[in-house]
Amino acid sequence: MAGIFAFAESRDGELRKVAHEVVTAARTVADAMGTEVHAVLLGGPGTGAHAAELGQHGADKVFVGESGAFAHYSAEGFTTVIAGFIKEHGCDVAIFPATSMGKDLAPRVAARLGVGYVSEVTSLEVEGGSVVATRPEYSGKVFARVSFGEKPAVLSVRPNVFTATENAKAGAVETLDVSVNEADFGAIVREIKAAAGEKLDVGEAPIIVSGGRGLKEPENFKMLEELADAFKGKAAVGASRAVVDAGWRPHSEQVGQTGKTVAPTLYFAIGISGAIQHLAGMRTSRFIVAINKDPEAPIFKIADYGIVGDLFQIVPRLTEEVRKMM
Amino acid sequence: MKSLVCVKRVPDTETRIRIGGDGTTVETAGVKYVLNPYDEFAVEAALKHKEAAGQGDVTVLSVGGSESAETLRTALAMGADAAVLLKSDRPLEGLAVARVIADEAKGREFDLLLFGMKAVDDDLSAVGPMVAELLGIPAATAVTEFSVEGGKVTAQCEIEGGSEVIELKIPCALTLTKGAYEPRYASLKGIMAAKKKPLEEKAVQGAPDGVTVQKRTYPAERAAGRIVGEGPDAVPELLRLLRQEAKVL
Ligand SMILES: Cc1cc2nc3c(=O)[nH]c(=O)nc-3n(C[C@H](O)[C@H](O)[C@H](O)COP(=O)(O)OP(=O)(O)OC[C@H]3O[C@@H](n4cnc5c(N)ncnc54)[C@H](O)[C@@H]3O)c2cc1C
Repeated sequence: MAGIFAFAESRDGELRKVAHEVVTAARTVADAMGTEVHAVLLGGPGTGAHAAELGQHGADKVFVGESGAFAHYSAEGFTTVIAGFIKEHGCDVAIFPATSMGKDLAPRVAARLGVGYVSEVTSLEVEGGSVVATRPEYSGKVFARVSFGEKPAVLSVRPNVFTATENAKAGAVETLDVSVNEADFGAIVREIKAAAGEKLDVGEAPIIVSGGRGLKEPENFKMLEELADAFKGKAAVGASRAVVDAGWRPHSEQVGQTGKTVAPTLYFAIGISGAIQHLAGMRTSRFIVAINKDPEAPIFKIADYGIVGDLFQIVPRLTEEVRKMM
Repeated sequence: MKSLVCVKRVPDTETRIRIGGDGTTVETAGVKYVLNPYDEFAVEAALKHKEAAGQGDVTVLSVGGSESAETLRTALAMGADAAVLLKSDRPLEGLAVARVIADEAKGREFDLLLFGMKAVDDDLSAVGPMVAELLGIPAATAVTEFSVEGGKVTAQCEIEGGSEVIELKIPCALTLTKGAYEPRYASLKGIMAAKKKPLEEKAVQGAPDGVTVQKRTYPAERAAGRIVGEGPDAVPELLRLLRQEAKVL
């Protein structure tokens, strides 16, 4: 019984929300295959405090590897430990999050193991004892159903797609030997610069309040920040390329082909026309709301709900009503 | 400073994507192809750093069919010095492409191995880190800007909620995203010069990819959107729908 490997992402000793999603996805696959979930949690000293949490989300065993050298993520160090773990314990499927860390790490692990890899998986099924993954291509214009050759099947799942569920069972915790030497690494993280105020990132937020050129001036984004705040820690502000190029918002907030691909449960497109390159980044959102004064704006074609009108009148009212509700 | 920049020929984003009759391939007829937008950042970065150093060369490399020569010419017109086409009779993806590139890179001298963060066709974001792994060199992904000094690269990388600074020993691999390098347009002079620049073609075999696309489908049509109403008075109804119908709040 080889099991399903789940990479539990942490940063600064804190477990990322997506770690719960990865373990949940692994649990579903493991149940369909009749096997176990083995989660691996790597980080600096103290990170292991979160092991029980992973058990509650479906890990049968949580392997904790703490090392001073792992206080920051290291592609080379993590690859060595994880590929070593998989070679030793064996695994049928290895699941990573499609985050900046996961998309850096998972392909390296796959290459080290000499097996195929796909990213941004949005659905997983088990067919005849093997895993089959579905993933968007061409910015979501097409979906590909992919099967894997030699084991393990290595893949990353898109954040916010596999809703984390809890099961009562607490998994067993084991210690993983991580005797890596930082001096061997060819790449070292020197500094992490958090965006102002530790705000939720567009790539991870369950709700995104995105603004475009329709906002007219950078100062008006304050209105969107207030709307985002009204969702009480659940929403992030996003932006179209037009406003990023104009220097109104940082590129880290850009959604679209040359920005981030997002899949929140709720996406507000406010004063955004809905150019194909913008849709490329947000069309797989669960629900889309468009606010635009132009009833012919292409965004209305993919929005679930739309309000036609002047955003300067609509957004303050929306913020007021959301505040009442939350 | 010697840079090797890997580039890919991809359909323009505006192009409609049609699935072939076999249900697995994507139609190529009538599709407008471009140099992958993320690769343009990588080409631009290589050119900028060569110019700053006042020496070195930029070689662009692509894995693909003979049509990819066109994409390489685009990069040559931007200012790259030489091009290599690793020509495959059949489409290769992911690991297979990474292996072909790694084999070619092994026989070359380079300081920087540059990639776009992802290709906008398969949206895989994997070839860069895979090649780095196969070559056993350090890599950084989603790089917005980097500097080169004293045998080291210092790269700014985009991460969730901020950025990180990674220091890498040369030679290293970087995958570029939008940031400090605004791709230049090829000048007429550049386009003329590109015709005379060396473009070497090598046939490659390519091992299996490790994954197989069984089927491609179009996404489920989003149910026709509903205009809830006009102006601020539509707000309460919108929230009622989000709460009771969509059940997202
Ligand atoms: C290679 C390439 C890559 C690209 N990548 C991206 C990308 O990653 N992300 C991206 O977003 N774009 C990208 N673009 C750009 C894209 O094509 C569009 O130009 C851009 O998305 C437009 O931004 P916008 O919707 O904010 O602005 P506009 O198209 O100008 O739309 C503004 C909208 O606001 C509405 N509006 C104006 N005033 C009001 C008001 N008072 N109340 C309500 N509504 C109002 C208007 O009706 C209009 O629909 C890319 C383009 C290229 C060529």
